Amino acid sequence: MDRYALSSIRIVDFTWAWAGPYCTKLLVDMGAEVIKIETNKRPDIARWMPPFPEEIPGLNRSGRFNKRHRGKLSITLDLTTEAGIDLIKKIIGVSDVITENYSRRVMKKFGLEYEAVMEIRPDIVYISLSAFGTTGIYKDYVAYGPNQAAMSGLANLTGYRDGPPISFGTALADPTAGLNGAVAVLAALYHRSKTGKGQHIDLSQTEMFTCLVGQPIMDYVMNGRVLSRDGNRDQIMAPHNFYRCKGEDKWVSIAIATDEEWQAFSHALGDPPWTKDERFSDQLSRWQNQEELDRLVEAWTMDHTHYEVMEILQKVGVAAMPALNGEEICHNPQLRERGFLVEVDHPEIGKRLMPGVSMKLSETPGAIRGSAPLLGEHNHYVFGQLLGMSPKEILELEEAGVIY
Amino acid sequence: MARTPLEGIRIADFTWAWAGPYATMMLGFMGAEVIKIESRKRPDHSRMRSLAAGPTFGGPDQAPIFNDLNLNKMSVTLDMTQPKAVELGKRVVSISDVVVENFRPGVMDKLGLGYEALKEVKPDIIMLSSSAVGGIGPDRQYVGYAPTFSALGGLAHLTGYPDGPPIPLMGSSDLRSAATSTFAILTALYYRAQTGEGQHIDLSSTETIAVLIGEAFLEYTMNNRVPFREGNRDGIMAPHNCYPCQGDSNWVSIAVATEEEWQALCHAIGNPHWVSDAKFADAYRRWQNQEELDKLIGEWTINYTHREVMEMLQKAGVAAVPSLSGLELWEDPHLRERVFAKEVQHPAIGKRIVVNAPWKFSATPAQVSRYGPLLGEHNEYVFGELLGMPKEEIQRLMEEGVID
Amino acid sequence: MPEKALAGVKVLEYADLISGPYCSKLLSNLGAEVIKVEEPKVGDRSRSAGPFPNDIPDHEKSGLFLYLNANKLGITLNTKTETGLAIFKELVKGVDIVVENHPPQVMEDVGLNYPLLNEINHHLILTSITPFGQNGPYRDYKAYDINSQAAGGLAYVTGDAEREPLLTPWGQAGYQAALNAAVGTLSALYWREASGSGQHVDISVHECIASILGDVISFYSYMMMVRPRCNTISDLAGVTVWPVDIYECKNGYVNICVLEPHQWRSFVDLIGNPDWATDPRLEDRRLLYESTERQEAPDLGPLIKETLKRYTVDELFHGGQQRRIPITPVNDAQGALTFPQLNERGFFVEIDHPKAGRLRYPGAPFRLSETPWSLDRPAPLLGEHNEEVYSRMGYTKNDLVKMAEAGII
Repeated sequence: MDRYALSSIRIVDFTWAWAGPYCTKLLVDMGAEVIKIETNKRPDIARWMPPFPEEIPGLNRSGRFNKRHRGKLSITLDLTTEAGIDLIKKIIGVSDVITENYSRRVMKKFGLEYEAVMEIRPDIVYISLSAFGTTGIYKDYVAYGPNQAAMSGLANLTGYRDGPPISFGTALADPTAGLNGAVAVLAALYHRSKTGKGQHIDLSQTEMFTCLVGQPIMDYVMNGRVLSRDGNRDQIMAPHNFYRCKGEDKWVSIAIATDEEWQAFSHALGDPPWTKDERFSDQLSRWQNQEELDRLVEAWTMDHTHYEVMEILQKVGVAAMPALNGEEICHNPQLRERGFLVEVDHPEIGKRLMPGVSMKLSETPGAIRGSAPLLGEHNHYVFGQLLGMSPKEILELEEAGVIY
Repeated sequence: MARTPLEGIRIADFTWAWAGPYATMMLGFMGAEVIKIESRKRPDHSRMRSLAAGPTFGGPDQAPIFNDLNLNKMSVTLDMTQPKAVELGKRVVSISDVVVENFRPGVMDKLGLGYEALKEVKPDIIMLSSSAVGGIGPDRQYVGYAPTFSALGGLAHLTGYPDGPPIPLMGSSDLRSAATSTFAILTALYYRAQTGEGQHIDLSSTETIAVLIGEAFLEYTMNNRVPFREGNRDGIMAPHNCYPCQGDSNWVSIAVATEEEWQALCHAIGNPHWVSDAKFADAYRRWQNQEELDKLIGEWTINYTHREVMEMLQKAGVAAVPSLSGLELWEDPHLRERVFAKEVQHPAIGKRIVVNAPWKFSATPAQVSRYGPLLGEHNEYVFGELLGMPKEEIQRLMEEGVID
Repeated sequence: MPEKALAGVKVLEYADLISGPYCSKLLSNLGAEVIKVEEPKVGDRSRSAGPFPNDIPDHEKSGLFLYLNANKLGITLNTKTETGLAIFKELVKGVDIVVENHPPQVMEDVGLNYPLLNEINHHLILTSITPFGQNGPYRDYKAYDINSQAAGGLAYVTGDAEREPLLTPWGQAGYQAALNAAVGTLSALYWREASGSGQHVDISVHECIASILGDVISFYSYMMMVRPRCNTISDLAGVTVWPVDIYECKNGYVNICVLEPHQWRSFVDLIGNPDWATDPRLEDRRLLYESTERQEAPDLGPLIKETLKRYTVDELFHGGQQRRIPITPVNDAQGALTFPQLNERGFFVEIDHPKAGRLRYPGAPFRLSETPWSLDRPAPLLGEHNEEVYSRMGYTKNDLVKMAEAGII
């Protein structure tokens, strides 16, 4: 029996940048065959993004690209040629899913919009990811992940209390769009397995991200109130913040929600007198006096490393976790034990650590099935094996600049 | 001497039997001066016999039951068939704050002592008329005693074994009705203190019982269902019953409401193997299987006296109390300490044990201050001192049979 | 009537707050029947989270609860009682998927871990969402949202380098976990069609966060560098050349992401071609990505900030977009709710709730042409569907009254 959940699925992947590729990454790790459509004329922007080994750039040396596209296949086709379009259509003919995040005009220009593709493959599941969706007055506007997060309202709520809105540490909206895309594609595939019907999925990244802004939107709907930034504060938990620890830029997060946790916390600190202060006697008073509370807590954490604080407090059932940096993430015992970080060998880059599969399925565990493809690495497999073309035919098309 | 709550209040007490006198006696415990207006020609029947217990007594001053129900009161005798007696009755009312009567509706009116008439002699008089079914309505002329109150009120139907007849609850219904009367009178006194106004209170004993079974009515109005007798069963508690103990007709009541109490019970009875049977694993299952559960518990309680069971289970925090007989109530150490009963010296029948006032006021103690009056014992005091009639007049009225 | 993608799929939700409920919300809006199990009397903790209309707390009017649990059936059940546990297992027999977010030890103690549930229902897909997953040294650790973001590496790279790390607020770790859970669940569902077998989907919130760190892990594994807190790539070498950040303008904030040379050229044109921006060397894309290049570049940050303050949000937004520059307003909740694009597409949906009344909610995160996203009923009142669900199992109304009194439901 097949040990990958999606091994019967083939995806023609027109996506580029991060959101679309994140979607197909999730699916390729689950066993789908993902054929990334590239071209030497305009390589995916991510092939130019650092980090590069030894800081020497190259189309097949990007660490970012390696991580995003591991396990996928790459073919090169010049879609401005008729022959190229012909070939694509043949590939689509034997595929189940199309993923794309071009602007609408582009796919139409190629003659590969949904209605056209349906003629080749009536049950195709076709997902279009875009910043604003395929309809509406801003549908042709340009917006990347951070822009989408800004429009959703969440960026405005992120930042220090006394500071401006902060663009997130990483462009959250992109992988979130990828996750939503995968959910939609899988639901459509399930429906297709029952009914034989495909369909078109229109995913507006701004919309899917606005779905994550529940409470602030509800507060405006219910009470006409616009919430503002509150740093690391919570609505009612206190202590609830990041506290400095021993060392350079080392921090631990501590969050306490109940009186029980507070008792355990005080006890773990050796019951210093300040923990018995009236100002901290119940949840409300702790929350009201959290500025002072934070100072006192930090006076304690400063004497310990962030991992030490975690151990001391977790032992008594208090939520404390260090703010791990990139290096610490790579060495973290929990992630190591779970096999989350995987070393992948790439022909040009060599062995590198990358984040693995974030869902552990007991019967069909997903996996990183290979490193990212070199540009056009699978031309022979796709055109030769999949489409049954002869090596001569392939050579001719390469020379004609179609397979390029 | 300590003050009493109703110091200075005078009650013109026309009541007889149980429901009326118990109410005025409670007012008497609280310090009101109660003048019981009786008639030698037609004495209060509780002077003659105990309807509940059966025996008749040697004379109007020989009845312990009368003593129990008329402590603290004064007695005058008037033959109400004579107009002059009615006038005297009115004069007593004119120096009183409250009039209480429990004749059949209409009787006081016919005697010329109805509310309108009494208002004329004392505009702010408070009058309470207690009857079986109230002073208005098609059945108002019907005669009623305690058994009828609980029968008509609905409580009798709900009391008894499921396979047995309704149980009418006897004299206790009178006393329940009387407590309600006392409450109504106190409320009217409060209102009078605020506004200077008196009023007439129409109290139906049947209704005073009916108000105690609210949920039963709501079951009918909400769901069209008529609740039935369920013996000792509760809506959801189990165990919840009386269990047989060592000795002759000794029973202990046990009721378990929570998981903690159940655990405590199991532990207190030595964790026999049957307590871990899945049949008794949670509250719902214990309720469903309570017949079997009762049997098993009974097999344990039978080995101990009911007091032993109480001690063992109360120590573990489980509600267990013996079903106490009259003698056991008198001998009970807890009730003794609470001064539940008192001894009163009665000129005709000697030392009597009576039930004490049931409330313990910290500043104005309620108390039993004297025995139930001999018939007409206070004619001289009431007519002579309170009404200021000269001795000769009283003498004359006695010869005329007005004061009989 | 339009078809539903997950028609006939039955989900039992044994979860609270965000990570479980948002996952099953996604499934329910795609047509699955979701039965949400709540503790009697108390219910899901999100019922106390608010916001509440007029700030009057009410367990039936909490904004977070209403949003995350619309479209579901709601029952109450106390799985700590034998009867309650037996009923839960009975329910499991009749569903395809169970979504839960209890600590692993709790599931084991209650007797509802995967091996036991698999025995009851071989086709069952059990999706478990926990802070650190079902195994490992942190398995029994406690973590709220802030702690998951800390452990996942996201907090470290969010905020100012000179200050404490920042939380991305309002439960974001929970939402990420929910999305991963939905992907895992649907993958398992798809596979089950062919294989007939269920499985356990083990989601660690920690891993979900560690998966979306962008270049953080690569920076270390390629260059042994620790990526610090900064606002995306523009600050890495300490200088700003192309604007990739949030900027204050005359009447608010905008987010600008100039990532391509043509966008830079258009941006320069938008701000009136100032001298300091016209150097052709500034069009080299390597300025954005390569630290050696950047070290020699001028820091245009202060000049850009100064210039942008002279423009309004709309001027930059529409003026920029006309030139194909990725500029968008930084909306607050009001801005999002009144945003023309979202409203024209009917993104916000309204539904009437018996206690909270008619409210607007964010709607579909994606649109399927054949099997549209749907919202058919409001969030359930506590125990609202006890009768409907339990009567399917043969319980009478009277049984339910007794079970409620006994604390079973």
